[in-house]
Amino acid sequence: MSGVLHAIVEPGFFADNAVQVALAVGTAVALLCSAVGVFTVIRGQSFAAHAMSDVGATGGSGAVLVGVAPLWGFVAMTVAAATTMEAIGIDRRRGRDLATGIVLAAGFGLAALFLYWDSTTTSISGVTNEILFGEMFALSPGTLPAIIALGTVALAIVAGIYRPLLLSSVNGELAAARGVPARVIGALYLLALAAAVALSCLATGAILSTALLIGPAAAALRFTRRPWRAILAAAATALAACWLGVLLAYDSYYWPPYQHGWPVSFFIVALVFVFYLGARAGTGTLRRRRTV
Amino acid sequence: MSSQADALTVGAVGELLAVAGVGVTIGAQRILDDVSFTIGTGELVGLIGSNGAGKTTLLRVILGLQATSEGEVLLAGSPRAQRAANIGYVPQKFELDADMPVRARDLVALGIDGERYGLPLPSRARRERVSAMLRAVDAEHFADARIGELSGGEQQRVLIAHALIQQPALLLLDEPLANLDLRSEQEVVTLLRRLAREQGIAVLISAHDINPLLPIMDRVVYLAGGHAAVGPTDEVVRADVLSALYGHHVDVLHLHGRVLVVAGPGGERGADLTLAHGPQGAELEVRD
Repeated sequence: MSGVLHAIVEPGFFADNAVQVALAVGTAVALLCSAVGVFTVIRGQSFAAHAMSDVGATGGSGAVLVGVAPLWGFVAMTVAAATTMEAIGIDRRRGRDLATGIVLAAGFGLAALFLYWDSTTTSISGVTNEILFGEMFALSPGTLPAIIALGTVALAIVAGIYRPLLLSSVNGELAAARGVPARVIGALYLLALAAAVALSCLATGAILSTALLIGPAAAALRFTRRPWRAILAAAATALAACWLGVLLAYDSYYWPPYQHGWPVSFFIVALVFVFYLGARAGTGTLRRRRTV
Repeated sequence: MSSQADALTVGAVGELLAVAGVGVTIGAQRILDDVSFTIGTGELVGLIGSNGAGKTTLLRVILGLQATSEGEVLLAGSPRAQRAANIGYVPQKFELDADMPVRARDLVALGIDGERYGLPLPSRARRERVSAMLRAVDAEHFADARIGELSGGEQQRVLIAHALIQQPALLLLDEPLANLDLRSEQEVVTLLRRLAREQGIAVLISAHDINPLLPIMDRVVYLAGGHAAVGPTDEVVRADVLSALYGHHVDVLHLHGRVLVVAGPGGERGADLTLAHGPQGAELEVRD
């Protein structure tokens, strides 16, 4: 928050930097989340993303406790979650239910403990808020290269397996008959998803992390018929939400009730929701017209 | 025709697929037992059997997706002759979400290079090849609709185009007529007959009801209890042959040009008969 404070009181290099970091991280997260998110929605695996963000909270809060940047905690735990899901097979319905009931609750319980220790033993103020809901203006510029590298690698994975991933998302048997190694493709996709969720945890917090992953993709699928257009539309939606969110949060410093700035995460999630409702309303009208 | 298809026909001399003594045991269950038959180039063969008779397992064995316990499958005389490229496959009906952002055209294009890595480069030749394939299955008018929004018959035609665009030597279809209305059923059957003739491909179609395939089948592979009876339809679909196959007496009734297989009296374990009233009157389905 201090960055924004300085930006208003004395416009200068430091203040601009906070906004720049927020915009850069927002851009990386939006691009990765839209490419991965379209596949998450059509594969019906938003559950996997939720599970990853739950254990991501454990990782992020644990990282703060041992004095490491939260990013690495998020990454370590989402990748661990992806590996576990691959091992037990996330397509098994019963497995999902058990995982929801037991493992994820335990993960969040651990996060509660870590966050309590974080806030009582370290001098980092607002750490609970930062892990759970994100604080884009407080991101350290030092992690920016790592964030961009992570986003680039994950995007390259999705681009590399684009066709086999799309075919196996339509139907596993079709893909298998064409010689697609379903397990390898599924595992690589889960790794890309883990990276997307980790970055999203950093931007909008562990609790809100699936907003950027699922919302823009779900909105895009309402009005596009081609896979790559769905990814582009989701990217445009997510970028608009991130950039506008940062801008509005910056402006909100002058807003009531406390003249203290509204959280960026609130604006991003609210904008994603508005975009999704808009897409629903728009395509609803279109579809009715088409059937008449 | 591609050079690989030419090589296949040259090497095979009429006999394209040979299933030799195939047995499959999964866990304690004997699914297939000593199943043998061959399919020649351009032949259209029906794989008939009730639900659970092992039709899907046999198709997966031919595709190389299911390991055999005994026996082997030869395609053009070779046990592993690039099966993925030389066999087109239309799997059992599966649910498609209406929101899936994949047009009929996109699914057919994935039939060309769906297994390849990296991003596809837009190419005019690729687009035209897809359009030609869509024309061949009479699917042009819904080529730009999402696959999830198509009817069952339309989806089958798109899946057939997806399976055929690589010009495979053999086309396998798993219950392509299940859950289709009578008109779509006729359209798909006619299309398969025409494609087998025009493109000179061998076709193996699985079905639980033999009747829709009667006018187009060259031969039948009839599966029951893991065993197969193979031959021309009128030599296999007979009371004595099918009774031996089922292991109890069955009657084969010919009624208004349709064939009904009915469990006879006194069969020790007796087939479980279900009577359903379809659009062409009563239809019998034998389950055992």
